Amino acid sequence: MGMQDLTNIIYLIAAILFILDLKMLAHPRTAVRGNQLGALGMLLAIVATLMSGTWDWTYIILGIGIGSLIGAVAALRVKMTSMPELVGLFNGFGGAASVLVAGSALVATFNAVNAGAAGGSMQTKVATVLSGIIGSVTFFGSYVAFGKLAEFLCVKWKLHTWQKIVKYGFSLAVAGSGIWYGLTMGTNPLSITFMVSAVLIGGLLLPKKDRFPGMDLLKGLSAIASVALGVMLVLDPSNTPLFWVLVAVAGVLGVILTLSIGGADMPVVIALLNSYSGLAAAATGFVIDNTVLIIAGSLVGASGLILTKIMCKAMNRSLANVLFGTMGPTADTPDADEVYKTVKSASADEVAMTLEVAQRVSIVPGYGMAVSQAQHAVRDVANFLEDKGIEVEFAIHPVAGRMPGHMNVLLAEADVPYDKLKEMDEVNPTMEQVDVAIVLGANDVVNPVARTDPSSPIAGMPIIDVDKARTVVVIKRSLSPGFAGIPNPLFAADNTLMFFSDGKKAMLDLLAALKET
Amino acid sequence: MSSLIMLITVFVLAIFVGIEIITKVPPTLHTPLMSGSNAISGITIVGALILAGALEGQDLFSPLAKTMAFVAVIFASINVVGGFLVTGRMLKMFQRK
Repeated sequence: MGMQDLTNIIYLIAAILFILDLKMLAHPRTAVRGNQLGALGMLLAIVATLMSGTWDWTYIILGIGIGSLIGAVAALRVKMTSMPELVGLFNGFGGAASVLVAGSALVATFNAVNAGAAGGSMQTKVATVLSGIIGSVTFFGSYVAFGKLAEFLCVKWKLHTWQKIVKYGFSLAVAGSGIWYGLTMGTNPLSITFMVSAVLIGGLLLPKKDRFPGMDLLKGLSAIASVALGVMLVLDPSNTPLFWVLVAVAGVLGVILTLSIGGADMPVVIALLNSYSGLAAAATGFVIDNTVLIIAGSLVGASGLILTKIMCKAMNRSLANVLFGTMGPTADTPDADEVYKTVKSASADEVAMTLEVAQRVSIVPGYGMAVSQAQHAVRDVANFLEDKGIEVEFAIHPVAGRMPGHMNVLLAEADVPYDKLKEMDEVNPTMEQVDVAIVLGANDVVNPVARTDPSSPIAGMPIIDVDKARTVVVIKRSLSPGFAGIPNPLFAADNTLMFFSDGKKAMLDLLAALKET
Repeated sequence: MSSLIMLITVFVLAIFVGIEIITKVPPTLHTPLMSGSNAISGITIVGALILAGALEGQDLFSPLAKTMAFVAVIFASINVVGGFLVTGRMLKMFQRK
């Protein structure tokens, strides 16, 4: 058995460990071990690679060292509420790595061809193109998603200093390097396309809104241009600058695809980019003829696709509708003042008195819980109620928050046992038996209009039926609409009490009031 | 069977395996699933290492290719190390009770 066979057998073991990792994620008890097995698989794959040849170790050790340090610091310091941003950012690094590996392989192969080696096969060429397109869309798309989640892209308000540095720095770097590289390539169609694309990317990220005229046209043009450039590159792979033009044009596509997706659809975007980063890795596997890249990449690609499908279903929208459609108030949306005429507001004491006599309480968290960091305070309230013999559960909508499972992670951080976290389908059938439903910073996912008004933009979206509970307490800072931009008649329902406050403060006040009575 | 067909076979089968096992992950663990699968997509590090570590005189040696692959090693390491660590951090919170 040669060295190559041994390496491939270790790759196979690594692939099996990745599969076991994902399989063991099916239960919180086995998930920690699963994650360790995945990390072991990665270590084996790296060791097997390094065993298979002689290397220039400086670059390898330096690269792994710098990357590991940055990754470890980011992973250990990030707050649980910022998890969507971190995952978005990591997706971007994955995409960028795929682009760079494919580009590097292209340059290296071309070099080898010059030195008399055999040229790349059709497989390598096509895979290089795919890797470049998918990787670039992933990288630039992830940057936009990160910027939207960290609230420095497409927002009207004033930015913090670090946000300004990232926003303008990134735009300037992309546009600047585009112009610089374009100038060194001389005046020809390719270099002009490259410059225009890079300047477009930089410029598109500056406006304080995420929609503008001509967007769909630009989306179509950049998609067609990416494919055309891809075909050209397959026909003439020795023309390496073509690869970078391809990456730049695909970057425009990535930026526009993600820009046009609204805030409510963020969970879908994150899941979709996750899938892309996997597919980019798989494409890179075809570039360098490596099975472990293909297997790992396709597992991740499948995982992202499934999550995307689940998220779309939870919003009753098709993927095409999320990617290309717009959501917002339709012409006949009822006037907010009219809807909110009968709103009743309540104090912490009144809410506490309602809870005192309850037997079953259901808490529905939303993005507002993450923003106000209310997860620990709400756990204290839940524990206090349970000590009094009241049954408490958390009802979690699949698209609550900014990424799949966002609410669950925050509640787990606050030590809420996972068997208290109920899915929508589990809670809805027994909602009539719930005495008090507490809506904590959620809006669209509890809007009964989804069931009652077929002309509403959220018509048909599955919601948590809190309006069927005996009493509903909605904790919200104001009556402002959610992502869908429509009023919520739940707030004015006969059985609803509005508790106007920041989520965390509301929970602290409520706990104090409960202890007094 | 040509090697391309074999690789495509591997790709398609792995997609099916992925769909089968991931459908069983409960919504509670969807965030760790994303960060964990993201760490796995850092497998591109294998390709990056091969190209970044090429020695002068070897087939795949080119200074430009090496520089690009070096940056790819950094990015992929961030993905791998950061991804597995943050997933572990989250999963420990779910395990406590």
